[in-house]
Amino acid sequence: MTVATTFPWLSVVVFLPLIGAAMLFFAKDAAVRWAALVVALADFVLSLPLWFFYDPSTPRMQFVERVAWITSPQINYNLGLDGISLPLVLLTTFLTPLCVLVSWRAIETRVRAFMACLLVMETAMLGVFVALDFVLFYVFWEAMLIPMYLIIGVWGGPNRIYAAVKFFLYTLTGSVLLLIAILALFFQGGQTFDILLLSRIGYSQTLQNWLFWAFFIAFAVKVPMFPFHTWLPDAHVEAPTAGSVFLASVLLKMGAYGFLRFTLPMLPDATAAFTPLMAGLSLTAILYGAYMALAQVDLKKLIAYSSVSHMGFVTLGIFTVGAQGIEGALMQMVNHGITTGALFLCVGIIYERTHSRMIADNAGLARPMPRYATCLMIFVLSSLGLPGTNSFVGEFLVLVGTFIWSKAAAAIASLGVILAAAYFLWMVQRVAFGLPPGQAAGHLVDMNGREMATLIPLVVLVFWIGLFPNPVLTAMHASVNNLVEQVDQPETAIARNGMVNGQWLMKRRPVKQLRPPSKLFISHQPSTISH
Amino acid sequence: MFDLLVILIPALPLVAVLLNGLLGNRFSHDAAHRLACGSVGLSFLSAILVFAQTLRTGVVREVMVYRWIFGGDLTVNLAFLIDPLTCIMLLVVTGVGFLIHLYSIGYMHGEEGFTRFFTYMNLFMVSMLLLVMGNNYLVLFIGWEGVGLCSYLLIGYYYGRVSAAKAATKAFVVNRIGDAGFLLAIFLVFVNFNTLDYTQVFAQAGQLSTSMATAITLCLLIGAVGKSAQIPLYTWLPDAMEGPTPVSALIHAATMVTAGVYMVVRNHVLYDMAPVAMTTVAWVGGGTALFAATIGLVQTDIKRVLAYSTVSQLGYMFLACGIGAYTAAIFHLMTHAFFKALLFLSAGSVIHALAGEQDIRKMGGLRRKIPWTHGLFLVGTLAIAGIFPLAGFWSKDEIMAHAFTHGYYVLYVMAAIGAFLTAFYMFRLTYLTFYGQSRVDHHVAEHIHESPGIMIGPLVVLAVLSVVGGFPGVPPESGWFHHFLHPVAAAAGEEPAHGAGVGLLTMLMVIATLIALLGWGLAHYLYSVRPDAAQQWAARAPQVYTTLLNKYYVDEFYDLVVVEPTKRLGLLWDWFDRSVIDALVLGVGRMTQSGSALSTAFEKYVIYGLINVLGYGNHRAARSWRKLQTGKVHHYAAIIVAGLFILVHLILVWWTGSSGVGVALK
Repeated sequence: MTVATTFPWLSVVVFLPLIGAAMLFFAKDAAVRWAALVVALADFVLSLPLWFFYDPSTPRMQFVERVAWITSPQINYNLGLDGISLPLVLLTTFLTPLCVLVSWRAIETRVRAFMACLLVMETAMLGVFVALDFVLFYVFWEAMLIPMYLIIGVWGGPNRIYAAVKFFLYTLTGSVLLLIAILALFFQGGQTFDILLLSRIGYSQTLQNWLFWAFFIAFAVKVPMFPFHTWLPDAHVEAPTAGSVFLASVLLKMGAYGFLRFTLPMLPDATAAFTPLMAGLSLTAILYGAYMALAQVDLKKLIAYSSVSHMGFVTLGIFTVGAQGIEGALMQMVNHGITTGALFLCVGIIYERTHSRMIADNAGLARPMPRYATCLMIFVLSSLGLPGTNSFVGEFLVLVGTFIWSKAAAAIASLGVILAAAYFLWMVQRVAFGLPPGQAAGHLVDMNGREMATLIPLVVLVFWIGLFPNPVLTAMHASVNNLVEQVDQPETAIARNGMVNGQWLMKRRPVKQLRPPSKLFISHQPSTISH
Repeated sequence: MFDLLVILIPALPLVAVLLNGLLGNRFSHDAAHRLACGSVGLSFLSAILVFAQTLRTGVVREVMVYRWIFGGDLTVNLAFLIDPLTCIMLLVVTGVGFLIHLYSIGYMHGEEGFTRFFTYMNLFMVSMLLLVMGNNYLVLFIGWEGVGLCSYLLIGYYYGRVSAAKAATKAFVVNRIGDAGFLLAIFLVFVNFNTLDYTQVFAQAGQLSTSMATAITLCLLIGAVGKSAQIPLYTWLPDAMEGPTPVSALIHAATMVTAGVYMVVRNHVLYDMAPVAMTTVAWVGGGTALFAATIGLVQTDIKRVLAYSTVSQLGYMFLACGIGAYTAAIFHLMTHAFFKALLFLSAGSVIHALAGEQDIRKMGGLRRKIPWTHGLFLVGTLAIAGIFPLAGFWSKDEIMAHAFTHGYYVLYVMAAIGAFLTAFYMFRLTYLTFYGQSRVDHHVAEHIHESPGIMIGPLVVLAVLSVVGGFPGVPPESGWFHHFLHPVAAAAGEEPAHGAGVGLLTMLMVIATLIALLGWGLAHYLYSVRPDAAQQWAARAPQVYTTLLNKYYVDEFYDLVVVEPTKRLGLLWDWFDRSVIDALVLGVGRMTQSGSALSTAFEKYVIYGLINVLGYGNHRAARSWRKLQTGKVHHYAAIIVAGLFILVHLILVWWTGSSGVGVALK
């Protein structure tokens, strides 16, 4: 044990923003923005050791911290990091400084409170990704909603109350069911809230099915999966830019993370049973989101619906339960965070100039704002999955995974790839090219240094991950393979991981092999899934 | 050393892209184009050295750069394959590319975004080189998408023009349809072979069932049809003429659009196993060759005529692939690159001289004013029409002869009619542009000037190549070209020297020449001898003429059945989202509200009744309770959450109290 592994990295990374948020209230007015930026940057720097000291060769949780919190019932302060949460943690710490930067001039009222909200939000989001105790997880999960609610409700657009209430209605339903599922697991799974322990217990098929639906609603709202997505466009449209970025880049990942962390390992039989349905919903989301994006005239709505489509790829990859599919889904989560976050930043930048998010009001931007148009183009190309950019790697792996599972599903999903090109390039054609009718766009000034500073790191990531995705993929391999094994052959995985107290182990039915449904899709023997 | 040279071929233009792209603002135009052309020139030199080495040793080499993706059991390397096919493609791409780069210095002189133009052109070179050099399907796909992107960027180069922006989007989206097919082919290959490397795939190809081989090759064909502008996905190419002329020459004539042909030839091992796919390729090619040629007959934009001619010539290449004449396909690809680049660039020289005019109805009589351009264009026309012994004659004749000697008589007749039409519309173009009375606008006429040396120079080189470019392929089916390509491009079981009699081949050559001369003669009659005859012919069959002029209304048809319905579907679902799903959500909200109204009523009339009995004091207490029932959704939500927490807490307390066991974690 070296300093690298004994130092409580996770606690520091998770709670530094919270402490920073409290400290903001003692900062001078003029220094609030800088203070928030320093805290966010410091947190990013502190999260880098997680990447460097992470051992990609093992699926075990790393940087584990465990302190008894409540003794009866046993609730622990239990944190840990594996290949599934590591990229998401880094994504969060990376994006927060950019969110602070983009709010620099966009937020002029109650700056202190806004920055505090951003930082509290960061703590809650990081907490969700590293919590290994269900109660702790739930605390972070719910805590996340409060600053988000405030960000939309206080600093949002004209229709913010409607959006906030809608957001609340959806999320509340999900949260309640999540809580019920957690309690059911507690009582049925050996009276523990330890996520890792609960993942190693076999539950009866009936219980799995019930829990599956409870989890499903909770996570599907967050992703959002069709048909639980209608809160997303409204929330995006009303939220300030930083809120949109958090929402798109990190909050949407919570649902997918939930599927990976809870649904797949805890409920393998139910997952196998409902895979066709989940894949069907994912495919619907891919096409539905794409068609919706085609119809939008509001830039933020267009990107919001493109998110629905892209997240469809993520859930599709997850529910194919193959190494490629899940690694692709994880990649796609990170990539969507980078690219869609960047696109929202782009919309924010133009909104500050023209005070309109309508495509029709923003035409011919390439001439007065060449730097902006270049960045926009890069992010759009990344979003539509051009090889050489980040999204291609994720999308390709998801499609490979899907194809192995069902050829028809992959064929339908690839329609989404075509439509993505259509709606995004059509948007670019209308926004960046052509000249605004009767309006000289000459008064628009190109991006300034601060705006460049928010976008350039994302441009670098787009190409870095696109050209050299292996470091990120390597970090995931062990954890993902372990997860696939757990779902595919829970018996062996449990036996190998050992340490299940026999008295808690529920009697489980014979494990069903994950098999593609023969009726819905053309089936293919999953020879490459199993190990 | 060899490996380094191979890597340098795409790396040199890439360096130029990075320098021009990132620091271009600070460079002078001279520095920018020197960097751009110099990098491609050096790349061409490296390609020659690599070619010489391969020619000398005859060894197929693979050069690994780095491991790109590793996920599950899928590993993809960025690696290159150097074999005779790649060598030929490398020489064509870098050689013609270099000449077009030089020409662009003159053509783009003084244009806005000069550096941007060269950055995109170099990026195109990088992508195209990846496409032809990759040793696996995914590197091919990077290049494939990369050239599509550059095509998009360069078609939309004059982004202020709405038509250019639209044409760019159309090109990309139509290509994407093909790309989706290509992706499915890649997945099929991966699922069947568990690798994406050509060498391993082709080595194991024998295990493939015919139906699977057919599936893979048909999916590949979808991709090829999109990229190489064949029926039914050809509609983007004529619109792509919105880009600057050097772009049309490089991307939309000489190199990118031939990527589909390259891909089919590269995968010929798989195609050989799938007769159905082969037949499809042949008929798509033959059909396109004829179909596009008919549209080319009546177009009035000089570049669009050339665009349809490109579609038609690509059809010949597909036809060649479909009948197993892979070497002939690559041969025609090469000669076509020479003469079509020559034609486009000469057309560019005409447009340059006429200050941007592209309508051949406003040209005529330019022969004396721009003699160099005229001579060069004429060489190109002779070559494409298939006049002996220019480059186009040898390659086109070889395809037609192969079709005839292998018994594809219908395809032969289609190709022959296509060849006649080609000769006709190309000479029509020449006559209307360079001969007869000048119809040039007066203001423009005063400024007509021959293009500068930097533009004429590359054209002369291309003209020489258009004349002598066919000789490596002589004698037909057993020339040097065929022997060099034989190891990689011979159809299964075929020998380089084919057994057809010399007499038959000579006769076919004579027929081909006669067909070309017939087309030339008709054009000469209609556009030189009796200039008003063409219009009379058109007036005699107005329906045919308008149908051709409107390109068979295919664009309109696609708009009607694909584009509009797609947009409508988007709008319909948008309505569904707002009116159905949202209505459900808000309905749940209202249900809570009306539920609260109901409970308020219950409270008011039933409970209050009881309470009234109990007394006024209790009634007041009830009034304070009523404040909870505000009818506001989020209040209810808050109450639900609070209640739930209390409930949960009670359950926990009850449970721990009754069992008294805390769960210890180890």
